[in-house]
This record gives sequence, C-alpha cells and structure tokens, in this order.
Amino acid sequence: MAAEGKTIDALSQFELIPVLGPVGRAVGFSQSNAHMLLAVGLISALMLFGIRKRALVPGRFQAAAEMFYEFIENLVTGQVGHEGRKYFPFVFALFMFVLFGNLIGLFPYAFTYTSHIAVTLGLAATVFLVTTIVALVLHGKKFFGYFFPEGAPLWLAPIIVPVEVVSYLSRPVSLSVRLFANMVAGHVLLKVFATFVVLLGGLGAIGPVASLLPLSVNVLLVGFEILVAFLQAYVFAILTCIYLHDAVHLH
Amino acid sequence: MIRLLHAAALALLLSQAPAALAQQVTAPHATGPVRTNAPLPGQQGESIAVQADSDRARAVEAANRSAAEHEHAAAAAADAGGMPQLDFGNPLMISQVVWLFVIFGLLVFLTYQFLLPPVAGVIENRRARIAADLDAARDARAEAEAAEAGRRDSTARARAEAQASVAAAAQAAQAESAARAEALAARLDKQIAEAETRIGSARDAAMGALREVATDATNALVQRLSGLSDGAAVSAAVDRELAARNLKTAG
Repeated sequence: MAAEGKTIDALSQFELIPVLGPVGRAVGFSQSNAHMLLAVGLISALMLFGIRKRALVPGRFQAAAEMFYEFIENLVTGQVGHEGRKYFPFVFALFMFVLFGNLIGLFPYAFTYTSHIAVTLGLAATVFLVTTIVALVLHGKKFFGYFFPEGAPLWLAPIIVPVEVVSYLSRPVSLSVRLFANMVAGHVLLKVFATFVVLLGGLGAIGPVASLLPLSVNVLLVGFEILVAFLQAYVFAILTCIYLHDAVHLH
Repeated sequence: MIRLLHAAALALLLSQAPAALAQQVTAPHATGPVRTNAPLPGQQGESIAVQADSDRARAVEAANRSAAEHEHAAAAAADAGGMPQLDFGNPLMISQVVWLFVIFGLLVFLTYQFLLPPVAGVIENRRARIAADLDAARDARAEAEAAEAGRRDSTARARAEAQASVAAAAQAAQAESAARAEALAARLDKQIAEAETRIGSARDAAMGALREVATDATNALVQRLSGLSDGAAVSAAVDRELAARNLKTAG
C-alpha cells in the first residue's frame, strides 16, 4: 500500500474505512471512531488501573495518572485561576483525547483521528461552544463588551468590533488547523520516508545500504513525532484554558 | 532540519489543497447520479467522451448503491490526488464527527464521574498525611526545644545552688574563724588585764613598801644627823616628796 508500483502514496493512510462489518457500515462506524474508542478505553484504564491501590507512595502507573492529573490541574488553575477548577475535567478529557489520538496514531497500522480536520474542527467547535456558553452564562449581555475594549475611542468601533469578532470566530479554525496540519505533515513525512526505504531497498546490491539513510531519518522523525504529539496536545489544552480565561474574566 | 522537513511537507500539502478542492467540486458530478445522458448542444463532437463520462458516472452510481460505497468514494478521492480528510462528500465523514461527539462526550462524562475523583482523593489524602507528619515533626521539635530549655534551666539552677552553698560554707568558715579569733583575743585580753592587775597590785605593794622604806630611811637619817625623831613630820615630808615626784603611795 505504501508503494504501489513506483509511486509514493502518502495520503491513503488517512482514508476512512468502515469497521465492525455490516453493523459498522450501517451506522457509519469507521476505523477512526474505533481508535477514538480505543483511546477512551486506554485513558480510562490508565486512570482507573493506575489509581486502584490508592497508595501513599505511588507506583509507576499511579505516578503517571497523578502526573497527568496535576499537570492539567496546574495548567487550568494557572491560566484560568481557581474559578476555572470546575472546567478542569473537561480540559483533562480534551488533553488526554488529543494526546492519546496523537500517540496511538504513531503505532504501525494505527489510524490517527487527529489527522482529520473534521475531528479537530469538531473538538475545536466544542471548545468554542463551551467557552462561549460559559461566558454568556457568567456575564450575560456584558459578554458582548468583549468585542469592544473599554476606554477605546468610540469612533474606532467600526474597526475594532469587526476585527475582534473575526478574531473570536477564527479561534476554532486556528485551533483545529494547527493540530490537523501538524499531525498530517508528520504522518505524510513518515510515510514518504518509509516509502523511500522500500524503494531504495529494491535497488539490488546497494539497496540495503542506501535504504539505511531514510530509515534513520524515520527513526529520528518518530522521536520528533512523539514530541509533536505531546506538544500539540499541550497547545490544544493551553489554548482552551486561555479561551476559558477570557470567558471567565472577559480580558 | 526536522523543522524544515515539516515545513516542506506542509508546503507540499498546501500545494495539493487546490487540487483537493477542485476534486471536491467535481466529486458530486462524478459520484452523484447523472440525470442528463443526452449530450449538450455544441458538444456533438465530444459525444463519445461525454458518453464515456456518463457511463463512468452510471458505474459509479451503481457502485454507490452497493454496500462498499464508502471505500469506493474514498479510493476515488485518493486516486484523484486529494486529501481524504477534505473529501466531505464521503458519508463516513459526517458519521465520524457524530461518533466523535458521542465518544468524546462519553470520555467527558467518564472523566467527571469516575476518572478524576479517585486521583483527587489520593492526592488530597497524601497532602493531608504530609501536613499531619509535618505538624507532628514540628510538635516534636517544640518538645525537644522545651526539654532542652528545661535542662538548661536545671543546670543553671544547680550551678547557682552549688555556688550558694560554697559561698555559705566559706562564710560559715570565715565566721567560725573570726569567732575563734575573737574568743582568743578576749582570753588574751583577760589574761593581759589580769596580769596588769597583778602588776598594779605588785607595784602598789612595792610603792607602799617604798614609802615605808623611805620613811624608815629618812627617820634613820634624821635621827643620825640631828638626833631628832619626829615621825609625823618625816612621814608628811615623805608624802610631799612622793607627791611631788608623782609617785602614788599605797594609801
């Protein structure tokens, strides 16, 4: 599938394929959704299995579970303040869902659901809706003052208000495109260099030697992609926290 | 270098995006049902090509009706060089997002209900335990400090007592020696006084004897020289002389 004939097919890895036989086909359940379920299962397993002993001195899994917990808790309370404590589980779920999606996708034959703009846009739209609803519930009509900063000269309103509205509305776009583009770029690169390995490997005597170069690049890339997986999940979470901060405090 | 590779991959993807969009535009044409089979006016010369096109369209339509419509649409998208992520004509795309909301909603629910409370409990428990241990340590230190202060106090008191008793002993010894010296002095004084009394009485006796001797000697001298014996006159003269010489007579 990687190299059909002499072409480099880097994009077919993103195709959606229905799973679970006729039932899955009937309800449109693709391998992407199966990986989402797997991620939810792994997250639940880590958190429930890790914490099951409730040890005072944590073991390996408990330390991991607590590390994620405290990391996101510090992120939320650091960005939003203590009022943001009640949104902490939402940010936690978001971070873990993106992180596990990114990481699971790095396994061979696995699918990266975060490489689909529809998925990232869905998550970003959720964040957008949640932050907007929080802002409306907390501040009511005052929320619309967010689009016109206090103290600015009134004659600037025709310029400032559209700019602020556009920047507010572009949040889900930038949030989703950033994650989507990073994941797609990384997986395309991995696929391209993996194809090079196969193509160069077929070059006869020097093939195995020549294919070592793209292979080593791919090894480096996998390390880099692990970093990107964490980084993008972190960026997604921290931007969510920043938007929540704006929603809670209005500037 | 890896960053450059990423940028290059992104550029590659962006250059493919218009193609993907173009494919997007033509996709309903290729995959949807084609109602007009008759060639349009002005396209007579190309009727064979159009006929071939509509044949293909009919074939695709038939394929759509088959159970494997999703794979075909995805494969068609991939063959056209577009990104499967931008193939919004694929019904799996919609169902993927619907399932995303279901699965992510499930994760958020699990996170709020089951995943985080135990971790919070464990961390809170540990925090309380550490605080309690710290308190205990602080108490123990205070206790040790109190004991140390008590020890220092009792040492100081013992030293003061020892000094007091030494001073008292010294004072008592001094007083005793002083008393003894006084007693000695008193005895000596008494002896001196007794001796003086004895000497006084001895002198008095001697003085009395002197008068007698002087009177006798004067009587004898007067008798021998003048032959007179006037005892009273001699006695008076001796007394006068003795008084004149300030010699006390034993009277």
